[in-house]
Amino acid sequence: MTMFKGAGRLSRRGFLGAGAGAAALAAGLRPAHAAGLTVGFIYVGPKDDFGYNQAHAEGAAAVKAMAGVTVIEEENVAETVDVQKSMESMIQFDGASLLFPTSFGYFDPHILALAPKHPDVRFQHAGGLWSAEKHPANVGSYFGYIGMGQYLNGVVAGHMSKTKKLGFVAAKPIPQVLMNINSFLLGARSVDPSITCQVIFTGEWSLAVKEAEATNALIDQGADVITAHVDGPKVTMETAAGRGAWVCGYHADQTALAPEKYLTGAEWNWPVVYTRMAQTMLDGGTIDNFVRGGLADDFIKMSPLGPAVTDAARAQFEATKAEIMKGGFAAIKGPLMSNTGAVVAAAGEAFEETDVRLESMDYLVEGVIGATS
Amino acid sequence: MTDAAASRALAAPSAEGALAALARRAEAVAIPLGALLAGVAAFSLFLALLGHSPAEFFALVWRGGFGTAFSWENTLSRAAPLLLAALCVALPARLGLVVIGGEGAIVLGGLAAGATAMVVGWAPGALGLPLMALAAMAVGGAWIGAVGWLRHHRGVNETIASLLMAYIAIALLNHLVEGPLRDPASLNKPSTPPLPDWLRIGEIPGVGVHWGLAFGALACVLAWVLIERTRWGFAARIAGGNVRAAQLQGLPVGALILGFTALAGAMAGLVGFFEVAAVHGAANGSLISGYGYAGILIAFLARHNPLAIIPVAVLVGGLEASGGLVQRRMDLPDATVLVLEGMVFVAILLGETLYGRFRMFRPELWGRA
Repeated sequence: MTMFKGAGRLSRRGFLGAGAGAAALAAGLRPAHAAGLTVGFIYVGPKDDFGYNQAHAEGAAAVKAMAGVTVIEEENVAETVDVQKSMESMIQFDGASLLFPTSFGYFDPHILALAPKHPDVRFQHAGGLWSAEKHPANVGSYFGYIGMGQYLNGVVAGHMSKTKKLGFVAAKPIPQVLMNINSFLLGARSVDPSITCQVIFTGEWSLAVKEAEATNALIDQGADVITAHVDGPKVTMETAAGRGAWVCGYHADQTALAPEKYLTGAEWNWPVVYTRMAQTMLDGGTIDNFVRGGLADDFIKMSPLGPAVTDAARAQFEATKAEIMKGGFAAIKGPLMSNTGAVVAAAGEAFEETDVRLESMDYLVEGVIGATS
Repeated sequence: MTDAAASRALAAPSAEGALAALARRAEAVAIPLGALLAGVAAFSLFLALLGHSPAEFFALVWRGGFGTAFSWENTLSRAAPLLLAALCVALPARLGLVVIGGEGAIVLGGLAAGATAMVVGWAPGALGLPLMALAAMAVGGAWIGAVGWLRHHRGVNETIASLLMAYIAIALLNHLVEGPLRDPASLNKPSTPPLPDWLRIGEIPGVGVHWGLAFGALACVLAWVLIERTRWGFAARIAGGNVRAAQLQGLPVGALILGFTALAGAMAGLVGFFEVAAVHGAANGSLISGYGYAGILIAFLARHNPLAIIPVAVLVGGLEASGGLVQRRMDLPDATVLVLEGMVFVAILLGETLYGRFRMFRPELWGRA
């Protein structure tokens, strides 16, 4: 960049030289917004995926509705040099000063490479990776304790299951996913300790064919409540409901995909979180570099309970939810073993939702059928 | 005969000869260019039918891809991996082989670079980086070389074999970075351990693009020299034209196939090396980004001419660089640029059938009625 001092002038001449320069067009090429706050959102997949990306896009839509804010979006941006250039393009062409590159893989090395070059731009990343010693001050990270949402899914699933077998379609055996699988089962076991949950890892975040195969395989083996942790749970929800199984959602509200079979779902509450952050910027404040929250902080929420949910399930769901809202709730508490026989928590030991030890989880708890590798 | 008449007699045919040579060369430029314009015209019609302004679209493509210094940086960054990826298709194509699984050699090349760095982390960059690059080229070369071997010795279709082997390569990458080669600290994004700073590749000063761009362009030039100016290239072109004739002439067809496919794989392996050493800083699932497949498009558009790969890769890089701006300003889906690429691709393939059909490009017919 340093080589081209007269970039602005160069560009205009180059553009007119292309012969396309009608005055009407030039108007359309000015930065989208001159004053106020321009916020850029970047998604790794389609923003209507009924999942991870849609949850963020719903947050973007809420920010768009704020006065004095312009929102720009790009979808299907790969975790390569592409995302670095998309971020920089939003800064250069649109004057974006707050960016939400939402995919987990955008952080290292992409956000970390770009942030020092643009100290006036704020980079906000979902995933909770920021640390003061290692990372630039204009980068922030935030995350929600969504395992609690899967715990609540499990409570409802535990009541609704006839076969006492649950099914979980998962992408990769990484801590965030393992936390959700374990929470789902432990929620169900809070209803009936004999319940088991089978997990199938597809190996990729978005692989529709394998997700459908996994869902069918789980139902073939007797699972009658299915949930998922992949980028877009759409295929899992539709396949499972089509086979007559109950479904619990993840990431976003999937009620529309299976109105009769949908029980509830663990959702991100990004509209609340993102409008809060944009408001801080509008007010001239600084967003904290490291933010986390759960149900009580409106970082996550539950889908409305479906029509089939029984009164008993609803009662325990509401009671557990109220318990979680109080704070300090521990899904992982002793005595608890892993499914390979190791001690996860000794009697009397409890891992609250905020416990950092949970972030390096590498086990499946007893009752989960499946392996981490 | 006077001197003047003699010189006229000599000059006339040479001027005509120059014109004839020009006409033959002009065909190779005019037909792809015409096809490009036809593709653009078809796409403009498509946009207009959807109620969007084609003029606004192309103005944005210009601005996003080529209009500013940053646009060029963006374009060249995207073109950098495509140069080498396209060579992986173009080199075997000169032998008549359609290899479409370069993606597999790219991810394994990246994996090899990341794994090598785990072993040579003690070495300074001047030693460690070449070792990583060699490992990436060796693994990539072996992967696509195996496709050539299967083709020559077992009669396995190279197109299918290379494509299916790409899936095996991806599974291998996922298995190794999530298992034996995983850095225990890479919790939620399984990766090999991060490269030390001295094993990272920086940017070309003043350009804002990593050195993979320069190496890619150099490789394209060298590949052109290999094909057009050496006896191996000549032999490969003969074998590509008619393999029986080449065998009758005693050309070592098997060695040519193995050599060219291995070289092609080595180029793809280098893509992986640069992605790891210049972009990602570790080998992980982000290596699976489709560069191998984009390379197919570019090689075909360049008609497998290594020199033509350079401008074509820049053109495609520019289109992709402008994709974001098009999404944001015109509210068009990200696939819009892919539709344009597809239409141009089809137009250029159709253009292939037009060679030799225009009288103006065929001087030998000019004199005839």
